[in-house]
Amino acid sequence: MDIASIGSILQTSLELGLISSLTVLALFLSYSMLGVCDLSTDGCFTLGAATGAMVALAGHPFLAIPAAMAVGMMSGFITGLLQTKMGIDSLLAGIIVNTGLYSVNIAVMGKSSLINLNKTTTIFSMLKDSLKGTALAEQYGLIIALAAVLLVVIFLGFFLKTRLGLAIRATGNNPDMVRSSSINPVFTTLVGLVIANSFTALSGCLLGQFQKSANIDIGTGMVTIALASLLIGEVFIRRGPIGLKAVGAVIGAIVFRIVYAVALRFNMPAFMLKLVSSVIVIIAISGPYLKKQMPLLMRRMAFNSEGK
Amino acid sequence: MLEMNNITKVFNAGTPNEKTALEDFSLKVSDGDFITVIGANGAGKSTLFGAIAGDYIPDRGSIILNNKNVTLQPSYVRARVIGRLFQDPMRGTAPGMTIEENLSLAAGSGGWLGSITKADRERFIEKLSPLGMGLEYRMTQPVGLLSGGQRQALTLMMATMNKPEILLLDEHTAALDPATAEIVLKLTKEIVERDKITCLMVTHNMQSALDLGNRTIMMDRGKVIYDVSGDERKGLTVPDLLNKFKEAAGAALDNDRMLLTK
Repeated sequence: MDIASIGSILQTSLELGLISSLTVLALFLSYSMLGVCDLSTDGCFTLGAATGAMVALAGHPFLAIPAAMAVGMMSGFITGLLQTKMGIDSLLAGIIVNTGLYSVNIAVMGKSSLINLNKTTTIFSMLKDSLKGTALAEQYGLIIALAAVLLVVIFLGFFLKTRLGLAIRATGNNPDMVRSSSINPVFTTLVGLVIANSFTALSGCLLGQFQKSANIDIGTGMVTIALASLLIGEVFIRRGPIGLKAVGAVIGAIVFRIVYAVALRFNMPAFMLKLVSSVIVIIAISGPYLKKQMPLLMRRMAFNSEGK
Repeated sequence: MLEMNNITKVFNAGTPNEKTALEDFSLKVSDGDFITVIGANGAGKSTLFGAIAGDYIPDRGSIILNNKNVTLQPSYVRARVIGRLFQDPMRGTAPGMTIEENLSLAAGSGGWLGSITKADRERFIEKLSPLGMGLEYRMTQPVGLLSGGQRQALTLMMATMNKPEILLLDEHTAALDPATAEIVLKLTKEIVERDKITCLMVTHNMQSALDLGNRTIMMDRGKVIYDVSGDERKGLTVPDLLNKFKEAAGAALDNDRMLLTK
């Protein structure tokens, strides 16, 4: 492998890693803080990509960003409402919303399952044009993704230390305690899911504009990939202030992309991405459990072999 | 003042597991009362607390707190004026968050987007130092690292940080080792007396039921069977209490834990 190809692998991994790290930060909020595994993530990611692409197609690449975030918020609000006010289990609520979003997304994309932005102005093409001739000309993707991630990480670092942020963290930790602090856990769950899903949709919106296309499958498997990234990130940064843990989630997303890119170099077919992410999630979640079970298993095996 | 009027609460109504936890239960609690509540397992003590705090909405009857009918109010709204400690020291605090973050949530000052200020920190340290547990030096450590006794003491501080109208203590020292239990009980007494907090405390320790507070109620099958205060209570001994139970309930008190701790 020559230096140039290593450089291009790194750049692509960084770009895609940073863009998808926004979804990882969404799960950092909903899964790690709120304790809700939000399975509407895939659909919400596509919703963000589809909405962003349609608005960009209409000639408003900047408006695409708040528009995508707003529809993400709505999706998160519905997922939250189902699980807090309508008695639907949180996993099921996510799956139901995810299924419903499939139709919504096709409708958003004008009854099509693919939108092409090749000839459309996107925020990436705009920055590319304005950087033309400078040293940073090829770094336009990196700059935008980095700016978005920085903003979200800084926001989370501050927000999770406010009273509302503390209440959201406590909701996943001990809802009884939230209630005894005179805060309604329904409210904190809703706010948490609304914010998280706005990040997921932002992530989808940026990926759509970056790739110059959005299709109905763009978000498929995102929840598992993001979860894998989140768990990889926890390996790197386990303790420390909340802002640092958010940085850990971003590192996890980038490391995941680098590992994936290297695997592709070694001739792993691209379609294996989702299987790999599944296996990472399985290992990361079952690992600590199995480690705890090991002594008992060893004793059983020793006992059985003595018996014979 | 707290007033419970003819409260009835039936669990699993219409099934073979039907259980009447509270039956036509009435109780008037005056401001500044410190009432100890005793009774066998299943007498309805915890259901009583659950009804006051809003975990359960009673099937019948009304709960009046400071001249306001709170019978149907959700628990998190009532929590503004009701402080509560459970037997399980883990229930009152969020283990993944730091001591100061837990205290900050309980203090509830500064609005939704406010964060912990220097003044808050000073106030928290002031609250924690008298405990003598060294918690004031560990403000940024997760609560999950504390022992059960420390967590219960912290919960007590959180529950009384803003003076509650009513403090509910549901066997809050029962899960602690005897030495720690004594410390937490002493703390409870000090805080309740200092701030003149109206307080109800469930205990299985008959002696502390008589030693603490100014009034004792004995419950059986969802009703008050004995209510004693004033001079009559002063001369009372544990054997007297057991006899009273036998008289009123028509059976000996067959609670091992209660008999063991007399």
